[in-house]
Amino acid sequence: MTEPVLSVRNLQVEFASRRGTLRAIDDVSFDIAKGEVLGVVGESGAGKSVTGLSVIGLIDPPGRIAGGEIRLAGLRIDNLPPEQMRRIRGKRIGMIFQDPLTSLNPLYKVGDQIVETIRTHLNLSEQAARRRAIDLLAEVGIPAPEKRIDGYPHEFSGGMRQRVVIALAICAEPEVIIADEPTTALDVSVQAQIISLIKRLGRDHGTAVMLVTHDMGVIAETSDRVAVMYAGRIAEIGPVQDVVRNPLHPYAKGLMGAIPTLAGEDKRLVQIPGSMPRLSAIPRGCSFNPRCAFAFDRCRVERPEPQPRGAQSVACHLYDTVPAESAA
Amino acid sequence: MLAFTLRRIVQAIAVMFAVGIIAFSMFRFAGDPVNQMVGQDTTIAEREAIRRSLGLDDPVILQFSHYAANAAQFKFGISYQFRLPVTDLLIERMPATLELAICATVFAMVFGILMGVYSALKRDTVLAKLFQAVSLVGISLPTFLIGILLIYLFAVTLGWLPSFGRGEVVKLGWWTTGLLTLSGLKALIMPSITLGLFQMTLIMRLVRAEMLEVLRTDYIRFARARGLTTRAIHFGHALKNTLIPVITVAGLQFGSVIAFSIITETVFQWPGMGLLFVQAVQNVDIPIMAAYLLMVSLIFVTINLVVDILYTVVDPRLRATVGRAA
Repeated sequence: MTEPVLSVRNLQVEFASRRGTLRAIDDVSFDIAKGEVLGVVGESGAGKSVTGLSVIGLIDPPGRIAGGEIRLAGLRIDNLPPEQMRRIRGKRIGMIFQDPLTSLNPLYKVGDQIVETIRTHLNLSEQAARRRAIDLLAEVGIPAPEKRIDGYPHEFSGGMRQRVVIALAICAEPEVIIADEPTTALDVSVQAQIISLIKRLGRDHGTAVMLVTHDMGVIAETSDRVAVMYAGRIAEIGPVQDVVRNPLHPYAKGLMGAIPTLAGEDKRLVQIPGSMPRLSAIPRGCSFNPRCAFAFDRCRVERPEPQPRGAQSVACHLYDTVPAESAA
Repeated sequence: MLAFTLRRIVQAIAVMFAVGIIAFSMFRFAGDPVNQMVGQDTTIAEREAIRRSLGLDDPVILQFSHYAANAAQFKFGISYQFRLPVTDLLIERMPATLELAICATVFAMVFGILMGVYSALKRDTVLAKLFQAVSLVGISLPTFLIGILLIYLFAVTLGWLPSFGRGEVVKLGWWTTGLLTLSGLKALIMPSITLGLFQMTLIMRLVRAEMLEVLRTDYIRFARARGLTTRAIHFGHALKNTLIPVITVAGLQFGSVIAFSIITETVFQWPGMGLLFVQAVQNVDIPIMAAYLLMVSLIFVTINLVVDILYTVVDPRLRATVGRAA
């Protein structure tokens, strides 16, 4: 296998607060290969967005990367000086944020914002950058791009604005795109369009995509692999069809059980009792143990480490010793 | 856009009419002007003659319509103390006041924005904290005190700057300017600082607060994710978004600068309209007081109008809504 485009190893992110240091990301590792889409799911506060932000180097103080390393095509980027990291942002790593309505500066024409970004990263003349901006708008599916390029953000609908945001994220042909809940703020019908757009762009350009969402449907639709995050750790990671059809971690099982299906008869949706612990009160042992139906003594004392199981990898004591029986 | 502008102009005229009524009523309630103008030994017949010649014995409605009609043509009657048309007196004094007000506003804008941006971007530096402290002084110290302190320091103790007056002025048609001579420029420094200090601290605090607010927005975060340079983000994206409220405040404050110049002009014996007004109050020279009131409100109303229209130029979103409403 070739070297992954993005490789995150044992990432730790901490936030200094008045009551001590909170660990938002604890020991997270994953790889994304060229052209691959990695879905990251989890409840709010599980650390999905923080993971994305640390990859692009935009964790705001008091947060900081406290440990581990992030490599972009072999180059270590988590400890780069700010100016070098800035050159990577937008050029080699693109980012799409959740709310297209507030991601664009309202006072500048969308074309000017694209041209500005292109010219920051590529050595192009004003006219060449403008031509490229029109091509980009066409590529993300904006009709009449040569006219719309002179529009202001408020003249675009939410879905169209998210297309502009995507055009901005890909304008310098990045190797990695981090999409942080790109469809959450959109209508369902528009969501599907944006998802297929991101998927197509990833395929056409061989871009690695890290897709952060809490929508399992979106993940199943787009991702090649999926990482399930819980309380700042990866509970389970693996190929999307395996994780969706045969989740191993009790939390992942709970998540999959909570997806409504059209075919599903009158079955009640399963819910996971309780809620995710606050960062200041993460339980000892496995952080999921108070909510877990299968928890036993060891789960309350010892933290489970990720271990491979087929194509999947799971952090759960159920799979430690006598794998087959206890999993059933 | 046109309908919006027209609507605002009609509103402005209504406001001016209301102010006209107030200005006119001063003539009725501020004592008998004839007594102020004549000596003790003037006979009653002579007093009546003056009263008639000034139109003070006509019915109220008639007097008001005369007054309004004249005021609309910028004729405000004859000053009781100078025996000269009020309009001529005001025009003669206007350049001094406007020059002072403009210099004060430019001073306030330039330093207010620079200090505000600096203290927002370098929040924790000593200089930023110093700016905050200075701005507190600027907001809380009364204008006349600042003026007197400046005079004491730079005119009396150090002798660098003149303590009063405009210095040498150059005539350009009816306009007189102190900007073209060294002594005129020197004379402008202290009054401009005195007059502009309050606005400067106001603008500085506003820019700082707005800038901090804007830097937290999603589009700034996205601009950073796009890899734009810090300079482009701070001065291209953040500052432009900060300037909308700053334009409003600076614009609206320009009216107050002119109105507050009364105090500054008195402290520095600046030969402007404010000083004329203060003298008029001392001598119950009602035509000047009324004209001054009308003129200051005209300036306020005009500035409001211009600021409203300027808004739509800066912010494209307003252009759209205004267009739709019209």
